[in-house]
Amino acid sequence: MIELTEVSKVFNQGRPNECRALRGISLRLECGGITVFKGPSGSGKTTLLTLVGCLARPTAGRITLDGQLLSNLPERFLTEVRRHTFGFVFQQFNLIRGLTVLENVMLPAYPLGRPHHQLRAAAQTLLDRFGIGGKAGSRIEWLSGGEAQRTALARALINDPAMVIADEPTANLDSALSREVLALLGELALQGRTVLISSHDPLVFAADHVKRLIELRDGQMVGDGSC
Amino acid sequence: MPALLERQKYLIDYTLAALLRHKTRNLGLLLVYALLVFLFSSVLLLSQSLRREAATLLQDTPEVMVQRLVAGRHDLLPAAWLEPLRRIRGVSAVQGRLWGYYYDPAVKANYTLMVAPDRDLAANDILIGAALARIRQLSIGDILSLPTTTGKPLPLKVAGILDAASELLSADLMLLSETGYRTLFNPPPDTYTDAVLTVRNRREARTVAEKIALALPGSRPILRTEILRTYDAVFNWREGIVFITLGAVLLAFMILAWDKAAGLSAEEKREIGILKAIGWETGDILRMKLWEGALLSLTAFLAGYALAYWQVFYGGTRLFAPVLKGWAMLYPDFRLTPAVDLLHVLALLAVTVLPYIVATLIPIWRAATADPDAVMRG
Amino acid sequence: MLMTSAMVALQGIALSVAGTVLLASGFAWRILRCWDINSGSELQLRLERRTYLISTLLGFALGAELLSLLLFVHTAESLSSQFVGAMCATGVLNINGFGFPALLLKITVFFLAAVWLLLNRVDHQGRDYPLIRVKYGLLLLIAPLTVAELATQTGYLLGLEPEVITSCCGSLFSSESHGVAAELSSLPPKPALIGFYAAGMLILGVGLAFLRRIWLGPVFAASSLLLFGVAIAAIIAFLSLYVYENPNHHCPFCLLKAGYNYVGYALYPPLFAATAFGLGAGIIAPFHRIASLQTVIPNEVRRLTRLALAGFWLFYMLSTGLILQSGLILMG
Repeated sequence: MIELTEVSKVFNQGRPNECRALRGISLRLECGGITVFKGPSGSGKTTLLTLVGCLARPTAGRITLDGQLLSNLPERFLTEVRRHTFGFVFQQFNLIRGLTVLENVMLPAYPLGRPHHQLRAAAQTLLDRFGIGGKAGSRIEWLSGGEAQRTALARALINDPAMVIADEPTANLDSALSREVLALLGELALQGRTVLISSHDPLVFAADHVKRLIELRDGQMVGDGSC
Repeated sequence: MPALLERQKYLIDYTLAALLRHKTRNLGLLLVYALLVFLFSSVLLLSQSLRREAATLLQDTPEVMVQRLVAGRHDLLPAAWLEPLRRIRGVSAVQGRLWGYYYDPAVKANYTLMVAPDRDLAANDILIGAALARIRQLSIGDILSLPTTTGKPLPLKVAGILDAASELLSADLMLLSETGYRTLFNPPPDTYTDAVLTVRNRREARTVAEKIALALPGSRPILRTEILRTYDAVFNWREGIVFITLGAVLLAFMILAWDKAAGLSAEEKREIGILKAIGWETGDILRMKLWEGALLSLTAFLAGYALAYWQVFYGGTRLFAPVLKGWAMLYPDFRLTPAVDLLHVLALLAVTVLPYIVATLIPIWRAATADPDAVMRG
Repeated sequence: MLMTSAMVALQGIALSVAGTVLLASGFAWRILRCWDINSGSELQLRLERRTYLISTLLGFALGAELLSLLLFVHTAESLSSQFVGAMCATGVLNINGFGFPALLLKITVFFLAAVWLLLNRVDHQGRDYPLIRVKYGLLLLIAPLTVAELATQTGYLLGLEPEVITSCCGSLFSSESHGVAAELSSLPPKPALIGFYAAGMLILGVGLAFLRRIWLGPVFAASSLLLFGVAIAAIIAFLSLYVYENPNHHCPFCLLKAGYNYVGYALYPPLFAATAFGLGAGIIAPFHRIASLQTVIPNEVRRLTRLALAGFWLFYMLSTGLILQSGLILMG
């Protein structure tokens, strides 16, 4: 369970271009199911996800993960928590060009130093599960949008995280592919993983397994409803 | 421990792939880097082997040489000095030497002429060094005419050519008989250029030298070790000067390395951002970048050093040779004895790899501390 | 004045080490003043990022210092032909009053940098970076030493006058002259040998006790330092004699020469590494009460202590081997 208390995030502190991305957010996120953060761009939903996902530290406020305080952890330990707890799927896929599909999937596990054959097998299993096992050896550049998104999803799962964070996962996909990805995310939720999605795509709000919809505007929560 | 090793293996693996992906950027730097190592190691290898050559050369020379000084200048030594020298305790043999230089305007070079009493040469016979033979296109049996002091030419017959591989200093050497020498230069009779002494016990050379200075006022005894030391000092000094001169090149290289490390392409920045977002820690990126530097340095170092080694010991071109070898005009076609010296490898590391690390540390750290959430905010 | 490429390189290293450490201590000063782990302000985030730079710089300084140490001794060695009466590195280092102080400073900076990195390693395992002030305080102590090293080395190199007649190791370490070095070489071999092995037993005893009782940290650190001194003294007093098979040659540097199979390169690394680990373990141990390091420090200290003991053991094994296979008999 993740709990946020009075969390704020300020960028460019003390400068003329100071920007308050989040203003005093308090929130409890239970485990399991899909939670969607909706809101226009600039509403702070992505910033909120970066704080929850241990990608950044709040300027003020407390964040705890299963009772453990995260908000004052230095980056070194935040990363440690992050790589064991969270998997990320990004809007732009953010795969590394020049590497193969398999290598891209294995990448998050490199710093953990798992034995190579084990890691390779785990990555291959994930790719098989998402139906792109045959593409394991091909370069990222040759993938279609759907295949790229599946690769990104496999990469998010390589360290077997309890939570998956997806930032606008459908933004670059057509409706059919979007539904496919949402189905996969729903499958993850069914397995007991917690899925957090930021989006302004109505398709996402209507997806199966979405159990909570949180609405943000100007860095503040304006709506919180269960589905 | 295995996990730690495995981690480094992954990092090296990734780094290698990344280096290959950004080939063009790294290739340029690698070339310049290797060139830098090549320059520095050429200087070191050449001066080191010249020094060694000088040492080997002097190994067989007598322990003490005696010159006569008149008004502080080197003058001819009267034959009458040989007897008192012989009588000094500890001296086993004394020999007067005749030698000098001859400037040949035809090839604009100095020859070293020396009387070789042990060679049994006929009055007009000469033995010449290989470089001399090549430049004047002489072979055995040919006649070389040199003008005497009276202006009349003296025909000299080439009786043999000295071994090319033997020594640095034999290249421009011409050995002749005492009669030939005296006809050519007409020095006052009963004088020598200088004298050399053989000492029974090497350790007493210094004591013998002190005795000579006392017994013969106006004499200047020179010890072999002193010559050796002077050679060393001169080569060391020249080498140091060349190093400092190359400092400007080094600075330019450091600026280039800094610039290359700081000016990451948008693609590379994106890659680092992705790695951080998917769970790589700043330390991992730092280590990855340091591995990159290490791999680059190793390649550049090996390539540059190997090239310099080949250049100095087997190649034809003699970069820096004029600076390091000094004044001589005729360069022999000699082969230096290959040798690698630990001290020099350490010094090379210190002037090439260390500056590279210094120049790239801060840019690498900057790149590694990119915001992990940048990918999501972008 | 003399100049060689190695001297240019040495000055280059000393300059860059002093430069990087000064840069690091500038950052350290800011960290000491403004550090607040609980703050999420951008200043704090920036400071945290600086800590990565500082530890990288210190790692660089450690490596550079090691290179410098080797280069320094070899340079001295290579210059021995330049000085009448200097037959090896000892004589050359003794040409002016700065030679040995420069060497000593290099060794000191090397050990301090190693201790700093070990402290840093432990600190990075505590979630609130509990040793940050200790660490950066130590860094502020290292900085002036690197400057002093640069100064003494410059003084030494500038003061190398080739004409000066110097004592070679034969006279500096021969039994007739005075001073610490002479005292060491005039030690009678039998008591010295007994002392050497007694010190080995001492470190083993203290080390084993320390593995169980963590409060013995300072004792172990002091013993490690003591053993380093004893080992160097032993090398001068009798170990070198066994290697050179010459009862009057007491030089600790000639061991690094090809003529003696580079045996110094086998002997010195375990000694230096073990001393660094021992010092580190002993200095880290007292911090085991800090909440965030309660589990980390005992593990780390045990690991370091074992490494230190292994290093010392290796050193003693090698030394004993050298003594046994030597043709020289010092004691009837």
